This record gives sequence, structure tokens and C-alpha cells, in this order.
Amino acid sequence: MTQKVKDEILHDHQNDGIDRRGFLRCMAWAGTGALCVLEGGVLKSYALGRGGDMPDKIHKGELAFVQISDSHMGFDKPANTDVIGTFKAAIDKINALPVAPEFILHTGDISHLAKPAEFDNVEQLLKSVKTPDIFYVPGEHDFVGDEGKQYLERFGKASKGSGWYSFDKNGVHFVGLVNVANLKAGGLGSLGHEQLEWLEDDVKHLKSSTPIVVFAHIPLWTVYPDWGWGTEDSAQALGYLKRFGSVTVLNGHIHQTMQKVEGNVTFHTACSTAFPQPKPGAAPSPGPMKVPAEQLRSLLGVTDVHYKKGDHALAITDSTLG
Amino acid sequence: MKSRNHRLAIIGAALVALAMVALPQQSSAADNAPVAIKIDNFSFGPQTVTVPVGTQVIWTNQDDIPHTVVSDDKTTIKSKVLDTDEKFTFTFTKAGTYSYFCSIHPKMTGHVVVQ
Repeated sequence: MTQKVKDEILHDHQNDGIDRRGFLRCMAWAGTGALCVLEGGVLKSYALGRGGDMPDKIHKGELAFVQISDSHMGFDKPANTDVIGTFKAAIDKINALPVAPEFILHTGDISHLAKPAEFDNVEQLLKSVKTPDIFYVPGEHDFVGDEGKQYLERFGKASKGSGWYSFDKNGVHFVGLVNVANLKAGGLGSLGHEQLEWLEDDVKHLKSSTPIVVFAHIPLWTVYPDWGWGTEDSAQALGYLKRFGSVTVLNGHIHQTMQKVEGNVTFHTACSTAFPQPKPGAAPSPGPMKVPAEQLRSLLGVTDVHYKKGDHALAITDSTLG
Repeated sequence: MKSRNHRLAIIGAALVALAMVALPQQSSAADNAPVAIKIDNFSFGPQTVTVPVGTQVIWTNQDDIPHTVVSDDKTTIKSKVLDTDEKFTFTFTKAGTYSYFCSIHPKMTGHVVVQ
């Protein structure tokens, strides 16, 4: 039995309105997950309660993967003194999904201080996920102290520059971008000239019907510039993707879920598995947000993403850890 | 003669005293007191400080997230990452305006004006 869930706009600075006939925005919120599935050109949302069944729209052979983010391994301040525990809870959540993901995307801030033990810990813990394939992009915390040298040694073998790369799965083209290198005083996230040139070239020969998934740490749309929640040169990147019929952008960094639709592009940010951060402007700074202990896990989470060949948009489900 | 010897002794003592006063003194370790900058709530406080040449500036991270102190040119001043309660010290030996930021959270900026 499925229940229709209220469609709610969490945050929409640009006031897009409905871009295409029948294309609705589907938001996720803490407490339960929501599954958005495109059926016959119309986006429908279903509540995903704990232990509930996914609608049978997701069939074996379709692409399913998970996004996790901001594990901040090594963080030990009052906002969460047990980031290992909550990371394990996220892994349990992933292992309990009705459709096992083919791989995991980690959208950065894997570590808190880029210490070897912190990276080791995350890799070790992820061994208990049923899927063996993990793809990473770095967060600014992963580049602390050595401009990403360690990160690249561990996770950047198949990548270029500061760690960008692409790969294909089941007809979907995935692009991992790095917008946390060479940050300038007073600035936002930054992709840089070399990476943008690579991106232009990377997607040049793809058919416009190829679904694209871009994943990067800092949001590729301007969520809140005062707090550095945006990327200076993302417009150029999105320009190269303008012709594609389906583009999904998965980001982290802001430690809360947020979604925005602009034409053929769906932007989504994931929860952290470590600690929540305040909503834009709701606090003096974007630091770790302390909440009563019993509420913490309801503000942390993982994101499940499904693609069915022929569908316009990927189905994105956020679910919390408690 | 007794009075002349006495006068000579006084002059001698005075000369010695003068010589002692004229000797260059060891300058005290901090002619200028160190200046403290607090890092908290993703900001440097005070954001701008003006100090005399030779001042030691001490940044203390009181935020619950790590930060760094890096000059805009990324070479002149470059702290290691500072976790909560960690400090970074830099002595400004040349006059000028030093703009810096946190390399992890680049929206955090500050200035030290050295005169």
C-alpha cells in the first residue's frame, strides 16, 4: 500500500516554478524517506517507512546505488562523540535496503583532519558493506595539511589533476568532480580551468539521451554564499551538460538534504553520517549543530538512488539513521 | 691631598655609573605585548588588528571545527591545521598589510596591519 506524500519545497532561492508539464519537485525530510519515481512522465512520491516495501517499480537489473557523505572520521566534539557508531548505523541501513546497491558514492569529507588513521577507519568500516565498489570525491577536510596528497594516494589512482574522473554503469555516465582544491581567500568552491576543460571533453561525444550523474563535495548550485555553500565556476560546468536530457547532481558539504530542479538538472545534497549543520542563515555559522541525543540520528542519513532505463530522472530517496 | 683624592673618587664613581647607564641594555623579550586573535564561529576576531613591527600574534581556535591561518599568497603565513584549543603563533617583523584566510573555509578572512 502506498500513500501519497505531500510535495514540499524545502528551499528554492531561484523560485523556478514548474519547468515541464507534470514535472514535480519531490522533497525528502527527516523522519521517513520518500521515494520519487517517474511514471509515464509524471513524478510520483511514495512514503518509505521503516521496514516498508519499495514499490515494485524497481526491478532487478536496473541501476541502484547509494550516496553517503561527510563521515568526518575523527570528529569527537559534543555534536557527535561517536562518528564511528553513526557511520556503522549508516552501513547497516545500506545493507538493509530491499534492493542492494551496485556501488556507493562518497561525496567527501571522508576524514575530519586528513589523518591516515581516519582514512583507514572509513575504508575498514566500509568493508562490511555488501557492495565492494566505493567511489569517492574529496571534501575540503580531506585536503587539510597536504593539499590532498594522501587522499590521492588512497583514492585517486584512476583520476586526473586533483582527483576528477568519470565512469559508466548500465548506460549512465558518472562524473566525479573536485571543487575543494586551491581554494582562494573569500571564495567559494572552485573547479578550475583544467578540470572544466577535461569535463567539456569528457562529455563531448556522449548522446544527449545518456543520463549523467555528477558528484562533487560542495554544492554545484549556490545554496548560501555567506557560508561558502556554492561553487564559483559551476555555471560553466553545467553549461557543458545543458544538452543532456537527464542530469543529476549529487553533493554533500552542507550536512542536510536539499533538492532543487532546474530544467533537466536535479540537484541533491545528502545528510552527513557524522553531525547535522544548521539551515542557511539559521545560526551564526555553519558549524556542527548540537541537538538532543535522541534526535541526532534523525538528522543523519544516507541516500538511495535508482535508475530505470527510459526514465527521465533518477529516483532519489533520502532516509535517516533513526 | 685628601680633598683632591676624595673629589677624584667621586668623579671616578660617577664615570663608572655613567658608563653603566650608557651600556646598551638587553631589550626585553616583548617590547610589544603579544596580540591575541580568537577563532570562533567561523570567524577571526578581531577581523582586523593593527600592531607595531615585531609583534607576536597568537591565534587560538575556540571553534568546534578545525581551521587554519594562511596568508592570501599561501606562503608567507601557513599554519598547520588547528583543532579546538590549538594555537598558532606568528611574529611580524616587517611592516605591511597581511591578509589571510582559513584554507579549509575560505570565506573566513582577516587582516594584520603592521606599522
